[in-house]
Amino acid sequence: MTIWINVIVQGVLVGGLYAMFAAGLSLIFGIMRLVNIAHGDLIVLAAYLALVTAETLGIGPLPALLIVAPLMALVGYALQRLLLNRTLGHDLLPPLLVTFGLSVIIQNGLLELFSADSRRLQAGAIEVATFPLSEGLSIGALPLLSFVVAVAVIGALQLVLYRTALGRAFRATADDPDVAQLMGLDNQHIFALAMALSLAVVAVAGVFLAVRANFDPAIGPARLIFGFEAVIIGGLGSLWGTLAGGVLLGVAQAIGAQLDPGWQMLAGHLMFLLVLAVRPEGLFPRVRA
Amino acid sequence: MLLEVAALDAFYGDFQALFGVSLRVAAGEAVAIIGANGAGKSTLLKSIAGLMRARPDAIRFDGVPIGVMPAHAVASRGIALVPEGRRLFASLTVEENLLIGGQLGRPGRWTLQRVYALFPALAERARMPAPSLSGGQQQMVALGRALMSNPRLMLCDELSLGLAPIVVRDIYATLPAILGQGTSLIIVEQDIAQALKAATQVYCLQEGRVALAGAARELTREAIAAAYFGV
Amino acid sequence: MSAVRVEFGGRIGRPALLAIVVIALAAAPAWGGRDDLRLLAEIYAYVGLASLWNLLAGYAGLVSVGQQAYVGLGAYLLFALTLLAGVPPLLAIPLAGVIAAIVALPAAALLFRLRGHYFAIGTWIVAEVFRLLASQASVLGGGSGLSLPVGIVTSIAATRQEREFLIYWVALALVLVVLLLIVALLRSRYGLALKAIRDNEPAALSNGIDVTRIKVIVYIVTAFATAMIGALIFLQKLRISPDAAFSVNDWTAFVIFMTVIGGIGRIEGPIIGAVVFFALRQTLADLGTLYLLLLGAVAIVVMLWAPKGIWGLIVARFGWQVFPLERHVVALARSQDSGAKAP
Repeated sequence: MTIWINVIVQGVLVGGLYAMFAAGLSLIFGIMRLVNIAHGDLIVLAAYLALVTAETLGIGPLPALLIVAPLMALVGYALQRLLLNRTLGHDLLPPLLVTFGLSVIIQNGLLELFSADSRRLQAGAIEVATFPLSEGLSIGALPLLSFVVAVAVIGALQLVLYRTALGRAFRATADDPDVAQLMGLDNQHIFALAMALSLAVVAVAGVFLAVRANFDPAIGPARLIFGFEAVIIGGLGSLWGTLAGGVLLGVAQAIGAQLDPGWQMLAGHLMFLLVLAVRPEGLFPRVRA
Repeated sequence: MLLEVAALDAFYGDFQALFGVSLRVAAGEAVAIIGANGAGKSTLLKSIAGLMRARPDAIRFDGVPIGVMPAHAVASRGIALVPEGRRLFASLTVEENLLIGGQLGRPGRWTLQRVYALFPALAERARMPAPSLSGGQQQMVALGRALMSNPRLMLCDELSLGLAPIVVRDIYATLPAILGQGTSLIIVEQDIAQALKAATQVYCLQEGRVALAGAARELTREAIAAAYFGV
Repeated sequence: MSAVRVEFGGRIGRPALLAIVVIALAAAPAWGGRDDLRLLAEIYAYVGLASLWNLLAGYAGLVSVGQQAYVGLGAYLLFALTLLAGVPPLLAIPLAGVIAAIVALPAAALLFRLRGHYFAIGTWIVAEVFRLLASQASVLGGGSGLSLPVGIVTSIAATRQEREFLIYWVALALVLVVLLLIVALLRSRYGLALKAIRDNEPAALSNGIDVTRIKVIVYIVTAFATAMIGALIFLQKLRISPDAAFSVNDWTAFVIFMTVIGGIGRIEGPIIGAVVFFALRQTLADLGTLYLLLLGAVAIVVMLWAPKGIWGLIVARFGWQVFPLERHVVALARSQDSGAKAP
């Protein structure tokens, strides 16, 4: 029995990480109706940036994050302003194909620079620290930390969206980009700021990915898929829903893995397909007026 | 002269909607633009507001050519558009809609409190989602949102659209206060009687051209009807 | 009352030239070596895959990044049918197509709950599910895959040369069938409906077009043809593995790049794109990852600055069309008036 409780707890905690993968994706889709196929690869890019920063400067993951997050935000601003803003419009193909091309470029660029070897960001003692809860049940410090950070990140995003002028600007531009301009908001700039924010979150997700597991240039698409599944399971338009979606995905994967290691990913996908079949709007969709 | 429009053309793709339209608005004035559907009234306002491109000197605001400026730049210069059909931000509350109107932070007399004083019905509904309000109340929000940017010139596109006459009257009753606080007005209206009462100068558009222009008090019914219908 | 007739903007362009090309290609075993035949067969497969992706995305507006699901499914069905059910390999190809079409039905039922970009990622997930299931099927080699047994290989034809010729002709025939299928579909009522949907979906809906049904039909037909091509590809390779069969790079990235660069939404586009792609590959293959990087960059540049691709530029410049699809309404000679006479 404790095995299963352990499994579920692990699933919940990794769900936080998935929610972090998803949060940036959800934000961008909500504000500009853009699904960034390169999202997962950008997470991996952030992981490599953190690795390089940590190794060159001889610092730990947290200080590295403080450097990588603003850097990724800048990358996001430039990416949106220079490239992705040109793809926005009514046509579906350009943003999809351009971000797909971007995904291929990032993956192969990383492959060129770093080779296909698995890498890991060292975090020191915290990697193995655990908190024993009861007989046979303990929680890893790192998984717990990533879950807490995920909740904090989503909380912070909610705060920005609903309690700040910037968030108001985001929501208004999402509602009606033309009228938003009449308020003095420059759409090009607003979208770029949104992407900058999204990539800042991606940076956090990337650092936790780098510390938690071995990574290599090819794992981007899987992170995109996990993030995407978390968003759909949780329901479009709701960040807390995305957290719930991530948790459910994590739990499904954990249960699958416990039954047979080869079933881990499959279990997650099946959970996604099940939600799609039975409740396609997701578990906690935000009802749009 | 606050606003000078000189020989303005406007196109939707290949279709020409405005042909050499000229008009002037002096500071402190209320100018009405009337005309049948499709005459080009909304197009004219959109051009002035920067939502449609024009020749740089086709539109001068305070002597500065703004024809080519994008909408957000035009807004920051002090021109506010109250769009046709209100177009409030659906996922924002009433108060948030007003606050975002003040996004630019232009100095002036219009604050949230002043707007609530002008439209008391809004104060009661501050936290409600904008779409949940009645048509007339939404129109007030749209007006208030434009006022929050402390504009020198406010463009009102069909304030009476879809509203009951009594509601229209109440809304028009607030216009003198707005003028009094230093915001000039361009009023596009299908309701000719209301337009003539509210404005000092009238322009009548017919198929993209100015068919008649003059002081509201001096124009005769016949002249207006002729210009309106192109008879 | 005058009557009207609908006719196409032209006959298929230069039919004599096309016929010569096809005959020359069919005669390739006579003038080409083993490597030439393999390369040509590969090109045919890609022309087929790209044309099908183009049908789905450029005409039906269904952008899929998961067609590798059906390439792999077709391939695994071929191996399963020949290995486990003793079906002759060449017969297994169309059979694999039919079974894949049946599988595509529930897939469509799920996927069509998603729209636009979300649909695209959903197709990717379906492909992943297929790949993971294939990895779990130990009878078909599990994660590492397996090779087609000698017995089955020799059952195709007695000698290696005969086998290679046969597979080559089947590949050529298959791509011609796929292209004809696409042209026939687009010149039919369905094609007109697809054009309407592509131009303005709500308007099409309000004109009584059953948009969902047509999209589902196109999705299933595409799955059917894609699976057959997948079966043929891996019959030629003689070996299968989940990663190869369901590779996103091979069966989606390359296909999409080809179609985008050649020109989306036109039949000629994918053909041009495939030719350009292979020309590039022959010259740049040594570059490895840089080659993929370059492809990605070119695709982005084309998408943003020449969204109609190479063929689009050609059409804009010269007005050529090999497969004309515009319809013209032609008034026929007036039939006798009902009897009213001129005063």
